[in-house]
Amino acid sequence: MSDAGMFAILRCAIRRDLVLAMRRRADVLTTLFFFVIVVSLFPLGVGPEVNLLRSMGPGVVWVAALLASMLSLGRLFSGDHRDGTLEQMLLTPQPLPLLVFGKVVAHWLSSGVPLVFMAPVLGMQFGLSQDAVLVLMATLLLGTPVLSMIGAIGAALTLGLRGGGVLVSLLVLPLYIPVLIFGAGAVEASASGLGAQAHMSLLGAFLVASLLLAPWATAAALRISME
Amino acid sequence: MGHGRRIAYFDGIRWVTGLGNINWFKYASPVTFYGLAGRMIPWFSAAAAVLAVAGIYIGFFVAPTDFQQGEAYRIIFIHVPASWMSMFIYVVMAVWAGFGLVLNTRLSSMMASALAPTGAMFAFIALWTGALWGRPMWGAYWVWDARLTSELILLFLYIGFMALQAAIDDPRRADRAGAVIALVGVVNVPIIYFSVLWWNTLHQGSSISVTKAPAMAHIMLTGMLVMAIAAWMYTIAVVLVRVRCIILERERHSAWVADLVKEAK
Repeated sequence: MSDAGMFAILRCAIRRDLVLAMRRRADVLTTLFFFVIVVSLFPLGVGPEVNLLRSMGPGVVWVAALLASMLSLGRLFSGDHRDGTLEQMLLTPQPLPLLVFGKVVAHWLSSGVPLVFMAPVLGMQFGLSQDAVLVLMATLLLGTPVLSMIGAIGAALTLGLRGGGVLVSLLVLPLYIPVLIFGAGAVEASASGLGAQAHMSLLGAFLVASLLLAPWATAAALRISME
Repeated sequence: MGHGRRIAYFDGIRWVTGLGNINWFKYASPVTFYGLAGRMIPWFSAAAAVLAVAGIYIGFFVAPTDFQQGEAYRIIFIHVPASWMSMFIYVVMAVWAGFGLVLNTRLSSMMASALAPTGAMFAFIALWTGALWGRPMWGAYWVWDARLTSELILLFLYIGFMALQAAIDDPRRADRAGAVIALVGVVNVPIIYFSVLWWNTLHQGSSISVTKAPAMAHIMLTGMLVMAIAAWMYTIAVVLVRVRCIILERERHSAWVADLVKEAK
């Protein structure tokens, strides 16, 4: 298949899922407000002391991003599974990993990117400095696509299972840990003067590795689940 | 892979390894393996029992008291073999699951399912004994140190694998979905390990290293290795018992199981 053809398919897959997400704007907003609520609960739980909140902030925002990204995994394949579209996708001559990649990109655009833009507001709640907020946004921008990529594998494996939502958290959250460590670590490293470059490089490496491997694993998982 | 191609592939292996005289794949069938496993279990169980008694005797009565850690160090005779096994079993499980996925051999997937609970048990024992050791040594049952944390994550990975298999009713789908998550996990285990290592480390350096001479007394090392082999034998025996149960459960509608039940009555 020509490269132009592949890009056309990819663009088509992404656009379709984005249109679907826009038609169901409430789903996107629910994820975003879940993120805001979880982050806002922490000061209520641990007390309003500024220094404590400032040191906790990046980690709290990242953990909430992990949970929000995981919660939105449910709608990645389940809608298409229910109305039979997914079966058609498996039957098309187009490579399934490419279609999966398009769906995951659309999922990231509709669930990960809003978190990036919401992060500065939440950073202010936690008294983060301007530099820290910028680093936090950059790490979220690099890290949330990895979450969508890894999460897609879990979503594909648990497709149509009873208790799929809880199960996907068991499968996916341990795999998110490296992203959490380096995402939150980058903000702390830059705050302590070490510079966030090493953490950012590692996050970039995770992103590249997940882009390379996850669509294939997800496609294999979908074929197993749809048999 | 087509059946003919698979046969040709196996013939190739047999030719290359020079093991053509023995039909290794005879035991890839659950029916024949069921009998073989039954004959092997007593041997491995006996070996596990003898070695565990010997290892505990060496560990608790022969090995001297450590000059720094006192008597508390003796937990390593359980802790270290358990943590080795927990890590190793995950890799073995992923290899079996991978064979099951690629070669479509049912028994390989059954082996993977049978290994998971034992691996999770060893991970749990490693964490529990580590906490008991940590209290007198570090003054805390739990510290967020790299090895403790990655062992905990390993336990989560085992639980995820078992939960996924338990949630799927169709055994073939359960096998293959479990294989995907085991393989994804095994790719991630080193990444997780190094992430956690760079994140924080306070654990004492590894006592045994392949590259440098062991820093512990000879007799302590002997005791630990004997216990490690005992853990191996135990694992093999338990996994064989469990795989026999899985075979019976999956083949319960077949004629040979019906014959087996008739004989038992």
